Amino acid sequence: MKKLINDPGDVVGEALRGMAAAHPDRLRVDLENRIVYRKGAPRSGKVGLISGGGSGHEPMHGGFVGVGMLDAACAGEVFTSPVPDQMMAATKAVDAGAGVLHIVKNYTGDVMNFEMAAELAAADAGTEVLSVVTNDDVAVQDSLYTAGRRGVGVTVLLEKIVGAAAEEGRSLQEVADLAKRVNDNGRSMGMALTSCTVPAAGKPTFDLAENEMEVGIGIHGEPGRQRLPLAPAKEIAALLVDPVVSDLPYTQGDSVIAFVNGMGGTPLIELYLMYNEVAQLLDRAGITVARSLVGNYITSLDMAGCSVTLLKVDDELVRLWDAPVNTPGLRWGS
Amino acid sequence: MGVESFVGWLRDVAGAMHENAGYLTELDSAIGDADHGANMDRGFQAVVAVLDESSFGSADELLKKAGMTLVSKVGGASGPLYGTFFLRFGTALAGVDPITPEAIGTALHAGVEGVLARGKAELGDKTMYDAWAPALDAYDAAVAGGADLGAALTAAAEAAAKGRDGTVPMVARKGRASYLGERSVGHQDPGATSSTLIVESAARTLR
Repeated sequence: MKKLINDPGDVVGEALRGMAAAHPDRLRVDLENRIVYRKGAPRSGKVGLISGGGSGHEPMHGGFVGVGMLDAACAGEVFTSPVPDQMMAATKAVDAGAGVLHIVKNYTGDVMNFEMAAELAAADAGTEVLSVVTNDDVAVQDSLYTAGRRGVGVTVLLEKIVGAAAEEGRSLQEVADLAKRVNDNGRSMGMALTSCTVPAAGKPTFDLAENEMEVGIGIHGEPGRQRLPLAPAKEIAALLVDPVVSDLPYTQGDSVIAFVNGMGGTPLIELYLMYNEVAQLLDRAGITVARSLVGNYITSLDMAGCSVTLLKVDDELVRLWDAPVNTPGLRWGS
Repeated sequence: MGVESFVGWLRDVAGAMHENAGYLTELDSAIGDADHGANMDRGFQAVVAVLDESSFGSADELLKKAGMTLVSKVGGASGPLYGTFFLRFGTALAGVDPITPEAIGTALHAGVEGVLARGKAELGDKTMYDAWAPALDAYDAAVAGGADLGAALTAAAEAAAKGRDGTVPMVARKGRASYLGERSVGHQDPGATSSTLIVESAARTLR
């Protein structure tokens, strides 16, 4: 394992210390509870938005804390969900009387810990909490005999769009309904060229030969559904786009936000090359790209590979997407 | 049996988790996300720290504190599941004196029911429940047959190990491993493995 670390056990704490030092203008970091807060949170009358999950997916979620996105993010250990204490502390801290929305990715641990936190916050401080669980990964076909579809790329788009809505002063119920609508209209599919290496494990999570790729991976280095011979980018793009398009299904004339996400170990030149393939496939399918996003936003440590997310949008969602955002990981507008 | 027995159990579990952290993580690498050993080790080291700093007047107080510590330190699915196990196990022993083999049986059932309530797993889903269910059956049968606590826990530990081994050919239907579908076949479940360590530790220490 070759990593820029001191001790595997100190990775998360030291990274948060670095975030605090790097962004004092935008963030306040509670190092003891491992919570990244938007500077100035809570804001009176605004619904609080909290997300969180295992570390190792940077910039998600701490990098999406700030104006127009999250009020707080709870960082777990690498690939391990945070604990209820963290979420409860964050929930109480960002509640300005308008309630709090928990944005949870569909992983057993995240769901269980956020559920416990919501119960505890309600019992302890009477905080009104609603939750949305993202589950956009089409690689998981059968939800009856699994823990359900994983929450992946749509989480990023949802945090941006719902963040803008919360900034406008919408109610908790309105914000939660919007979050559900975004989740219902988004789908994702990912692939890996290499495994990631979890610092505490010290070696790659899975072995992948030089001429192989894993299709249908999640964001934790969990192997996918299929191992295939490595193929040109054109074919890989089709392997990702086809199941996404056919799942919703998107129809001719639909508008989407098209998101090509890097898993952490793939350079931007390859991600743009992939975006070129994805855009052509969408064009051929008669799907209009209203907005696009290309880069490393929901990653899996040093894993090479990418995921494709499509979110069907209307004018309202595009307007919320375009609204100003100022976070370490995403920034545009005034 | 007094509080000291349960302190001994928790310390022994912590030792077993520390010793097996690499092994549990290796099992988890195959079908999960390679964090189970590190999580269990971190959680039980936190329990040991609590044991070092505090003294407890009763078994239920001790075990509930251990459960809360696991929930607060472990994260993932293991935190709520094992935390709930010890919380419910401890709660079932509140006011119970003397703590008989029957009372331990009731507590084990309460703990495992807590795990099921949180995890919603069924037998054959390839989870920790596949170790716990046969362990409970073996324990109950041994106690009904007049076995003392040590013998009943030994029977439970042997059954848990068999249940753990039985997860190898199963298709995972819960948790991270469920995303692998058929490809989860041939791998031993990490949760059933850590659960077996806990039952084996009980057989060594609870007297």
